[in-house]
Amino acid sequence: MGQQVVNGLFLGSIYALFALGYTLVFGVLDILNLAHAAVFMLASFVALVLVSDLHLHVLVALPCTMAFAGLLGLLLERVAFRPLRSRSDSNIAGLISSLAAATVLEAVALEVFGPNVARFPLGTLPAEDAAQQLHLLGALVSRLQITIIGVAVILFLALTFLVQRTRLGREVRAVAESPRAARVLGVNVDRAIAASFFISSALGGAAGVLYGLAFNSISPDMGRSVELKGLAVIIVGGMGSMPGAVLAGFALGLTEVFVVAHLGGSWRDAISFAGLFLILVLRPHGLLGAISPREA
Amino acid sequence: MRPSGLAILAFATLVAVGPARATDSTVKIGACLSLTGPAALYGTQQKAGILAAIDEVNRGGGLPGVKLEAVIEDDGSTKEQGIAVYQRLIGRDRVSAIIGPTLSNTATAVDPLAQAARVPVVAISNTAPRGITDIGNYIFRVSLTEGQVIPAALKRAQARLHFGTAGVLYGNDDAFTQAGFGVMKGALEAMGVRIVGTQTFAKPDRDYNAQLTALIALKPDILVVSALVENAAGIVTQARQLGWQGPILGGNGFNSAALVRNAGPAAEGVLVGTSWNRASPDPANQAFLKLMAARGVEPDQFCAQAYTGVLVVARAIAGSGGKGGREDIRAGLSKVKDLDTPLGRFSFLENRDGSHEPALQEVRDGRFQIAP
Repeated sequence: MGQQVVNGLFLGSIYALFALGYTLVFGVLDILNLAHAAVFMLASFVALVLVSDLHLHVLVALPCTMAFAGLLGLLLERVAFRPLRSRSDSNIAGLISSLAAATVLEAVALEVFGPNVARFPLGTLPAEDAAQQLHLLGALVSRLQITIIGVAVILFLALTFLVQRTRLGREVRAVAESPRAARVLGVNVDRAIAASFFISSALGGAAGVLYGLAFNSISPDMGRSVELKGLAVIIVGGMGSMPGAVLAGFALGLTEVFVVAHLGGSWRDAISFAGLFLILVLRPHGLLGAISPREA
Repeated sequence: MRPSGLAILAFATLVAVGPARATDSTVKIGACLSLTGPAALYGTQQKAGILAAIDEVNRGGGLPGVKLEAVIEDDGSTKEQGIAVYQRLIGRDRVSAIIGPTLSNTATAVDPLAQAARVPVVAISNTAPRGITDIGNYIFRVSLTEGQVIPAALKRAQARLHFGTAGVLYGNDDAFTQAGFGVMKGALEAMGVRIVGTQTFAKPDRDYNAQLTALIALKPDILVVSALVENAAGIVTQARQLGWQGPILGGNGFNSAALVRNAGPAAEGVLVGTSWNRASPDPANQAFLKLMAARGVEPDQFCAQAYTGVLVVARAIAGSGGKGGREDIRAGLSKVKDLDTPLGRFSFLENRDGSHEPALQEVRDGRFQIAP
């Protein structure tokens, strides 16, 4: 039981981190950035290159990779979103254009890194046997798990601080509320949107690195395993709600683990998505979704 | 680059002094192997085994009056290229028999072509229980199926470890791993081992912590896993991270050097059945090891099976009085019995599947070693 809770929190922290970036862009732009999963995947590969070819420590490679992912986010915003923003149907156009960007990025990864599963070299994280692991209420917690959950929590807190307490965060929130009003009040809307793409992609990149480390398996199609789940998490959490995404991320991780353990692996996605459906029916705005969806 | 005069001279001398018997009839043996693509690791070993065996048969005079000639082609690990290769071997090269293809998946697509053209095929690495030899009476196979290897491996493991309960984990979205699970379940029940828990996963999964935690909580004596090698490395690593120190026995998907490479120290102690007992003291096996060492090849199971495939064809030609036509070889193959090979004493069963004694291997010091 205790061990399964640890497993669930471990998995949930990665889902939550991935979904945070997803929901941030949605909150600001009302656009689903489907290229988020591709950024997740590419970041994982970049971290792999930094660690195995440049021999950087993982905890050094992580911020470097996040910076790379952030810049990739800026590029995406510039190429795939900004040119469409002034159009009347920019939501659907943006969705399609992000899908195109995702496909292009996946093809690039396939060409550069090949279709095979790549792995961090052995010893990227210090080897440890069961005796060295932390025993917590009958559960074994490895340093890897502590590191991953720890990094995720630090990033949640940093993001919360950034959004709630800084000038940039206020600008981003103002744009999320109403781009026109924000512009009237002297906010540089383009800059705020670009910033939210940077932050969103950096978080997605961090999730990719942590996922790659957690399961030591990196491949050009790895984004697909989190793409739909990330979407489910932000819907359940309430579109655009950051605490909602964190809460729902952990909830999904725990649900999956307990479904697998008690009903079997085949039921995992069926039950998780049935839960999503139920929440949509009972709480159309998600768990913590306070703002009503804007009328189309 | 033009060949130098010296090289031509050397070649001419070689041809002149070679064991040229004017009366020799040449029998062409085609081989369809995965020399590029994802299965290239297997195909390369197979090519080495086939070439060594053909040289050995020709030199050793096992077939008086007959000279074997290999026509080896690459199927690129794909069905499509495999079909083209089969068409060339059957139509253009007019081979007497085909060895291969490397992958079961390819075999299901290409072997019907050979069956229709009445060309005998000797499969050397296809292990899918169904869909290979039941294509027709021209398709034979040297490689043992999962249904033959897994029960033998479990029995040997139990003789050593005396386990009474087992936890089973298998991939339920893949025909190969699902079939492996069926075999494991049947074998465990037949041995009187109680299955305390069964868990499943899917090929794209990377996280097996939930399944493993649930199984480990039931305190089985052994974990039995049917998975492809990609999943296998993750399962073994995560089981060890969760504190599982007991034995893990895998299906044929574990039978790859990639398992040890990817799982590292976590793979130590993993048990896998194998068709080839590298440590067997049989003279046929010792001779094979010496031959491959002389050729600078470190042989694996695929090499030994490919080598055996050629021996089997040679025996079939001998059995039909030295005639190397397609029908002669087919008739000869069905009579192969108690042939001494690196795999042990080899016979074909009624259904054209091969039969010999499998072995159990264990990962020790970072590589597969035959378990005593």
